[in-house]
Amino acid sequence: MSTGLLESPLRARRDGGHKLLMPYVTGGITPGWTGYLRAFAAAGADAIELGLPFSDPTLDGATIQEASDAALARGATAHGILAEVAELRLDVPLVASTYYNLVLRDGPAEFCRALRRAGVAGLIVPDLPLDEAGELADAAAATGVDLVLLASPATPQRRLDEIARRSRGFVYAVSVMGTTGERAALAEPAAALTERIKQGSDRPVLLGFGISTPEQAVEATRRADGVVIGTAIMRRILDGAAPDDVGAYLTGLRRALDQECDETRWPATPDTRRGTAP
Amino acid sequence: MATGVLATRPGVMEDPGERGRFGEYGGLYVPESLVAACREVEAAFREARTDPAFRESLAESLALHVGRPTPLTPARRLSAELGVTLLLKREDLAHTGSHKINNVLGQALLALRMGRTRLIAETGAGQHGVAVATAAALLGLPATVFMGERDVERQGLNVFRMRMLGTEVVPVGTGSRTLKDATSEAMRHWVADTEEAYYCVGSVIGPNPYPWMVREFQRVIGDEAREQCAGALPAAVPDYVVACVGGGSNAAGTFAGFVGTSARLIGVEAEGGAGAARGSLGVLHGFRSLFLQDDHGQITEAHSIAAGLDYPGVGPEHAHLRDLGRARYVTVSDEEVVDAAVRLARAEGIVPALESAHAVAWVIRAARTGELPPGATVLLTLSGRGDKDISTLKELV
Ligand SMILES: Cc1ncc(COP(=O)(O)O)c(C=O)c1O
Repeated sequence: MSTGLLESPLRARRDGGHKLLMPYVTGGITPGWTGYLRAFAAAGADAIELGLPFSDPTLDGATIQEASDAALARGATAHGILAEVAELRLDVPLVASTYYNLVLRDGPAEFCRALRRAGVAGLIVPDLPLDEAGELADAAAATGVDLVLLASPATPQRRLDEIARRSRGFVYAVSVMGTTGERAALAEPAAALTERIKQGSDRPVLLGFGISTPEQAVEATRRADGVVIGTAIMRRILDGAAPDDVGAYLTGLRRALDQECDETRWPATPDTRRGTAP
Repeated sequence: MATGVLATRPGVMEDPGERGRFGEYGGLYVPESLVAACREVEAAFREARTDPAFRESLAESLALHVGRPTPLTPARRLSAELGVTLLLKREDLAHTGSHKINNVLGQALLALRMGRTRLIAETGAGQHGVAVATAAALLGLPATVFMGERDVERQGLNVFRMRMLGTEVVPVGTGSRTLKDATSEAMRHWVADTEEAYYCVGSVIGPNPYPWMVREFQRVIGDEAREQCAGALPAAVPDYVVACVGGGSNAAGTFAGFVGTSARLIGVEAEGGAGAARGSLGVLHGFRSLFLQDDHGQITEAHSIAAGLDYPGVGPEHAHLRDLGRARYVTVSDEEVVDAAVRLARAEGIVPALESAHAVAWVIRAARTGELPPGATVLLTLSGRGDKDISTLKELV
């Protein structure tokens, strides 16, 4: 199977025994927002999710809604954000995430070309389920952008297998039935969902929604290959945290994930890490 | 079945199929977490609509609780003033004061059938919310209704009615603080409780099967009107069928009764909320249709004096009817609407909802400009009564 610009590095890191860390930032949130991307990279992010803000983010909770509103109020636009990103030359793959209305505005083909021109490797569209994804999936494949599909605890097994098969980059496992937002404890269906995705697929699985502490991240990656951290970062940024502050927070998460890997590596049980070379 | 020059192609205003498509519009653009829930609603609706027991209990509810059939009232004095024959389909006389109750009873019965234990809904003008609160009380289900803060302010009477009926009203303070944001909030809430909650959508919008299902539940307006017109008009079918369009449910229900006839179908939108007349292709709230948006794909705020028309999009089937040329979508200004409400009140003793007054306003204008030829026959759906708008009208009249 050919793997794309997002999936190849993620697989390589996972297969090297690392847990994946993907922080999120809303593009255009502050005047110097690209500083957050640099800080994420420096803190050891394996990929970065870049939110292109939309006026009506129906799958997001209060914090990311507020971040989107704030970015739009500053005059952020998808193309403006991509133009800023194009100049960064980060060595961490970027995954754009946005709602389908923004994709349709340009048309899927043009939208994907714009992502590629900016050096973006993947795309997440939370309001585009498998059934409607065909047109964008084709355009993404043609331009070399990995279109990531989402899976939820309510997804039946057969459909889950199909999602894992058609997703590119990784499978985005939504840990809870709910919107984005911090939660006191990692939702119980998260582990089961991860297991179910992995049943028929070797594709990396990243768990997102509601993960904010090192303990939750470590717990999530007992089964998942990595975690997505969104609201916890955006809350800090909305409260005024500078790139270095958020970077320090991510460094803590990175360390917890790496320690956990070291502890579990010896003695390794051969079947705990799929795809690890003998 | 009577057909005429404008008779529609087969398949128009029928079952949109598994993918819920009306031409290129419609579909199921929801988070993966909601796909299974939407599919369940679709399966339940497919089953219920052909089940005689379900149809019977709905028909009984519509007769006993709603007071159907609603009358067809000739607007005699206004007709004489305008030089046309104007017939009013009186959804304002339906229980709770608008057409919304037709759809809500259908969906609430479906929710019961699906074993759901509570209802959630969004509302703009509050008419859909009042209908949901009423059905919830009738069936013994708790209900939560999301409503933009601005609408909570301007539709105080309906907020009180909902609370009186035992429904929780949740003001929504995000975005434009109107119907668009109430809809987003209801969807967020639904994602978190698809097991217990039934999402009762208030218009022909939302993911498949809602646009289709809501149209089918509102079809009763058009079917009744068609039969009533056959008795009231020498030609059996009116020359024009006119209804206001927010999301477009009263219009869709009315049009469904006439789409196979020669009648010209006119949907009247608010100037500042004209999804069908001025929108462009987009996806919001689970469906692909025409939306008001800026050059960057951000949804823009709709403005209308009528809270129920304050939605930046239009139901997908209306977008399709527009593309086919089978229906025309026109706009009127807030000023014309207030004038029309006053004129209808004084000529016919009916104070219409400001939403419905949009349809009246277009008829008045079209008669004046000659777009409605003298002697034309017009069926107009009066979607609701104006009590809820008294405080708005008090400032303006
Ligand atoms: C009286 C009345 N008419 C019309 C509408 C608009 O809804 P629709 O366009 O779905 O008929 C509303 C919505 O609140 C309403 O209350």
